[in-house]
Amino acid sequence: MADYSWPEADRRAQIGARPARLDGAVKSTGFAKYPSDQNPNGLLAAKILTCPHAHARIVGIDTSAAEAMPGVRVVQVIQGEGSEIQWAGDEVAAVAAVTEDVARDALRAIRVDYEVLSHFVTEEDRDGAPGARPAGERAEGDPDAAFATAHRTVERTLGMPQMAHMCLEPHGQVCSWDGDELEVHASTQAVSTLAGQFATELGVPASQVRIRTEYMGGGFGSKFSPDRWGIVGAELARKAGAPVKLFLERDQEVTVAGSRPSAFARIRAAADEQGRLVAWDSDSWGSGGLPGTGQTPLPYVFSRLPNRRTRHTSVPTNLAGSRAWRAPNHPQACFLTMAVLDDLADELGLDPIDFLDRNLDLTGRPDTYREQLAIAAEMASWKERWQPRGREREGAIQRGLGVSVHTWGGRGHSSNCDVTVHPDGAVEARIGSQDIGTGTRTIVAQVLAETFGLELHQVRVSLGDNVYPQSGPSGGSSTVGGVTASTRRAAQDALREVLVHVAPRLAAEPEQLVAEGGRVFVDGDSSRGMSWREAAAQIGGAPISVQGRNPGPGRLISSGVGGVQIAEVEVDTDTGVVHVERMIAVQDCGLIINRRLAESQVYGGLIMGVGYALYEEWIPDPVSGRLLNADMEFYKLAGLVDVGSLEVHMMTGPGYDERGVIGLGEPPVISPGAAISNAVANAIGVRVPYLPLTPDRVLDALAGRGGPA
Amino acid sequence: MKGRRVTDDAKRSGFSRRSFLRSGAAGALSGGLAAGLLTGETAGAATDAEAAETVGPGPVEVELEVNGVTRRLAVEPRVTLLDGLRDGLDVTGPKRVCDRATCGACTVLEDGRPIYACSRLMIESAGRSITTVEGLGSPDAMHDVQQAFVDNDAQQCGYCTPGFVVATAALLARHPAPSEHEIEAGLGGNFCRCGTYKGIRAVVAGGTGGGVSGG
Repeated sequence: MADYSWPEADRRAQIGARPARLDGAVKSTGFAKYPSDQNPNGLLAAKILTCPHAHARIVGIDTSAAEAMPGVRVVQVIQGEGSEIQWAGDEVAAVAAVTEDVARDALRAIRVDYEVLSHFVTEEDRDGAPGARPAGERAEGDPDAAFATAHRTVERTLGMPQMAHMCLEPHGQVCSWDGDELEVHASTQAVSTLAGQFATELGVPASQVRIRTEYMGGGFGSKFSPDRWGIVGAELARKAGAPVKLFLERDQEVTVAGSRPSAFARIRAAADEQGRLVAWDSDSWGSGGLPGTGQTPLPYVFSRLPNRRTRHTSVPTNLAGSRAWRAPNHPQACFLTMAVLDDLADELGLDPIDFLDRNLDLTGRPDTYREQLAIAAEMASWKERWQPRGREREGAIQRGLGVSVHTWGGRGHSSNCDVTVHPDGAVEARIGSQDIGTGTRTIVAQVLAETFGLELHQVRVSLGDNVYPQSGPSGGSSTVGGVTASTRRAAQDALREVLVHVAPRLAAEPEQLVAEGGRVFVDGDSSRGMSWREAAAQIGGAPISVQGRNPGPGRLISSGVGGVQIAEVEVDTDTGVVHVERMIAVQDCGLIINRRLAESQVYGGLIMGVGYALYEEWIPDPVSGRLLNADMEFYKLAGLVDVGSLEVHMMTGPGYDERGVIGLGEPPVISPGAAISNAVANAIGVRVPYLPLTPDRVLDALAGRGGPA
Repeated sequence: MKGRRVTDDAKRSGFSRRSFLRSGAAGALSGGLAAGLLTGETAGAATDAEAAETVGPGPVEVELEVNGVTRRLAVEPRVTLLDGLRDGLDVTGPKRVCDRATCGACTVLEDGRPIYACSRLMIESAGRSITTVEGLGSPDAMHDVQQAFVDNDAQQCGYCTPGFVVATAALLARHPAPSEHEIEAGLGGNFCRCGTYKGIRAVVAGGTGGGVSGG
């Protein structure tokens, strides 16, 4: 019956506006209480003992000394005698004690005897990998024949290592029991789904597990489950009869709590005399730790390339399993593909933008990319400033430009939202979603305010608690579509109910009424109306409460976006140091709810992208099997002065908005690695085959050496 | 100005185990996890063999000023200022991220100077004045820098924000219109994972200085 839609552009007060995030003040004053900030009375601190060996069998464990220490409340063996440990950092035992330091003392008092076994942690060496296994082979057309007759062919071996999520708030939680009822303040991306997972492990009904996440300090795809430390934390709390705080130490966070799989590939690609892609052959491998990893989508974006063969090998290592990392598989596929296409353009003597443009019919959205390439080129003054490789300037400092394209889905997830209108005019939404820093709280409020014609401060949003209606985990850029659609449907339904009560007072039909600017009135005749407060008073003594759902009727959301990015770099060929001077992002994103927050997502993607392009990598030690940089000194994030000038162009407005809301959190992080690598190749005339583009790799490439991955 | 001014005459001797043992440490503590709070069962090492310049390893009494309020608590000498603030005093604005002087999420002002609270022992801060992000302003009365972080969306998840706000306030107090070199020196020791540097740049460019003491 009902028609669910977004207001026309000229009637939007909130949608597309730039309000500041609603929790900005509590965050910037330190008043926001994160899960790791919870200090309930009687709190105990818990710490986890991890295995120092990458592969070992536990032959004995003695916790008696730890148990006898003053201040120690509970010692729990997680993996006991006979257990086979498959990565350094895996959990062996846990202690709950009166202070963190006492808990750490107790860990040191636990004696574990290991039989150390052989390990493998260097997946770039596929041929030396004991557990390497074929993981897919596919062919279309006749690649061999196409290569044989192609005009130009390039062959490259490229790769990027595993890297860490490096959430600033470590994984963890505070668990409190009240009888058989468990309350968990969890740093999670999945408020509504966590309870069931805790319940199953702990043997209590999910209805007795409360999950609360008012704020959380970053997830990026790594915080979807309770994890072993969550269950252990709850068990320690149950045994101790006291609340237990258990957050990972930084070295544990880096080592076991989230990494992005590596990707390596030997790739051949060929084009004809017109610069049309005709053949692709990739032999890829990679690792996501012990589980290995599946194939990234090759060739990326240009997926309709006619003659292609792809093979993939999964390489398990003795490292903790990888987790979804912002746009899973896409940054890897993007780098591998766009670097090869960039080198092929050079081989053809073509401007890479021209080369990509000639092949856009091989993509899923040629019109979008064509427009974006043109806008990005204009922003970068590409035509005037781009030069082919081999025209380096005098001196050590070389500059270059590089381009990349990417795609993502971003359809809204399953979401329920309760909207209540009170007789005094108060409006609130309750939704079992979470604000992981993207601004979910704010955009839900904007949808509410828009629908009822109110200001942001006149509506209330409650989220971050599983007592509210279930809403999906925040992953896959699915949250903005899910929560705005469920909220809009609920709000439109609730407003219709209000209008039914108001209509007789205005001698009008409900369908004639609109709520705008704090008033309800007959559309086209604002004199026939009343204030929102007066309108709400018409509903009687009881509030109106409506649940909205996604998926549902109406054209509110969709999926499928393209993006183009251009990087400009400066390379010091004496030192090998790369500096990103400028990043340009042109991003397709459908209808934007909050322009400011949307731009922040793109800026954030670019900045994270500079990090993995230049600095970030897990460095496992082949001898010990441990990470050499499980810290923040040698696992380097990009800093404020490392990211250069950032410019963002959002594809929004008429012609784009009609698609509805599409997720935006992930696509902007896909292209930076490729665009920056291409810019470096443009600057110095040779491809640096591996990310991150550290000075040693740059110097190796300049010296004509392949260099180590 | 909304920032707090710090006086130097607060540099008292700071702590003594003897007075702590007399005063009864637990009474000085708020709820929650006590940083190094050791009640009788863990204070076994306490003896009267008190060398002039030696404290610990048992708990010692520390008195310091936190956001304008004199606070006393008993901590083991090994407890960092950060853990003492968070666990002992429930002052949780400063965040523990790297826990070793790299990321800046724990930045606080000590007598007006920005320091990494993770890399200072609480006993070293005895008698001094500590200002955390909560001490600069509150949601209803934000410091100019805090307001600028909101206005420029210089935060996403917000976990690095307390440290960045304090470091930025200290930078702008010292250099209201900082040069690139000064920005690098002032904010190069803070890291954000969500990627909010564009907004932080805008905060710095806005020059919302003045209002933080010291620096």
